[in-house]
Amino acid sequence: MEEKDYNNPDKIYISVRAVFYPDGGFKPTSLIWEDGREYQIDRVTDIRRAASLKAGGTGIRYTCKVAGKQVHLFLEEDRWFMERKEG
Amino acid sequence: MERVILHSDLNNFYASVECLYCPAIRDKPVAVCGDPEARHGIVLAKNYPARAAGIKTGEAIWQAKQKSPGLVVVTPNFPLYLRFARLAREIYGDYTDQIEPFGLDEAWLDVGNSSSIYGDGVHIADEIRARIKYELGVTASVGVSYNKIFAKLGSDMKKPDATTVITRDNYRDIVWPLPAEDLLYVGRATRRKLFRYGIKTIGDIAVARPGMLYSLLGKWGEVLWAFANGQDNSPVARVGEEGLIKSVGNSITTPRDLQNDNDVQMIFYVLSESVAARMRDHGFRCRTVQIHIRDNTLFSFEAQGKLARPASVSTILAEKAMEIFTARYTWEKPIRSVGVRGCDLITAHSQEQLSLFEDEERRLKQEKLEETVDLLRRRFGHFSVQRAVLLQDADLGIINPREDHVIHPVGFFKGGKLP
Repeated sequence: MEEKDYNNPDKIYISVRAVFYPDGGFKPTSLIWEDGREYQIDRVTDIRRAASLKAGGTGIRYTCKVAGKQVHLFLEEDRWFMERKEG
Repeated sequence: MERVILHSDLNNFYASVECLYCPAIRDKPVAVCGDPEARHGIVLAKNYPARAAGIKTGEAIWQAKQKSPGLVVVTPNFPLYLRFARLAREIYGDYTDQIEPFGLDEAWLDVGNSSSIYGDGVHIADEIRARIKYELGVTASVGVSYNKIFAKLGSDMKKPDATTVITRDNYRDIVWPLPAEDLLYVGRATRRKLFRYGIKTIGDIAVARPGMLYSLLGKWGEVLWAFANGQDNSPVARVGEEGLIKSVGNSITTPRDLQNDNDVQMIFYVLSESVAARMRDHGFRCRTVQIHIRDNTLFSFEAQGKLARPASVSTILAEKAMEIFTARYTWEKPIRSVGVRGCDLITAHSQEQLSLFEDEERRLKQEKLEETVDLLRRRFGHFSVQRAVLLQDADLGIINPREDHVIHPVGFFKGGKLP
């Protein structure tokens, strides 16, 4: 998307698998972290436009349950990113 | 019914977007600057720490660095700013269809008809600010008033992330003490003229006799008097209306200062080619050519002239531009930036009176020739065909105004016409 590369270490671009429904719309079903491990998305609890101050960006934010924890996935134009957790 | 006009201004827009995307620089003084290599090395935008250091928009990078040695200089990312401008307009679009953008970072909204659904102007303004902050990660200042002029002044008063209300009851207290140059269309020259007559504030303009302002500034004097008194009835354009093209123009800050007529002529040819090509793309011809000149002390002026016949041929535009230029400019200072604009547009297929005294065949040939050049450039790139005149100077000839420029400045009165 952006022509300029912002190189922000807290912004992690990820691969996402998703189901596209025949009547339109889609739902992310799993995400592949930067180390290559794939995590199942158990549930999407909220979808809204939101900015990520930590990762630096804005997109459609999917609040998801992954392995019992709540995580945010951001769809920014045509790329998905997550915020790096502390520590 | 009283109108409810909002003016939303995204604070330090370019710098805010850059700081959002690069958290590491957020608390440092940051300036978004053009490319020094191409001599666009001036401050386009800055964040609050840079502002606190006294850095001003428009000054050179080296000046800014003198004021703040720790200044972080970043290059602009226009595609990203365009995306944010679009996202902001999507938010505005939830409240009204009367959205009139003023540049990328500002817009007027008329929300008078939405107040029964969304609440009064202040409520809508606060909601828009909250959404811009949460959804886009940048902030906006919003002015709320009953006309566009006061709404815009309001958005300038409290920053960042604040709502300012200017009503018929409080405008004398809020607007009138402001310096005259805060008013839209009071630039350096007008401010100086007014100052000579002891007119320093917007209130001074408001209580001056309109006839006196008219004798001082012409028709603009009366317009400014009306502005200062809140008598501005200009509507907020509906979405889509702003798409109507009233003029086609292009300007450029040249890679080196222009020293003589020959230099200027080259740039006129470059710009006229892009203006003419864009007019042809949209199926227009222009009846008036306008030029904009800024010298190396940043003093600028505009001048225009009528064409004998409507045209969309670059040679004709460039020759007219040159004619206007040589009549007006005496070369006291070298020139830093130049603009050419075709105004007074008509559609290319309008009927026109042929002339007995001109070579009509040559005219048609010129048009055909330029259409062919359009086609060649579309297929093989801008530099596949060049005018020989541009080969005289390697620095000036390499400008590709058509692809390098995407953002065009806009005026308050569409098409440069007074109300």
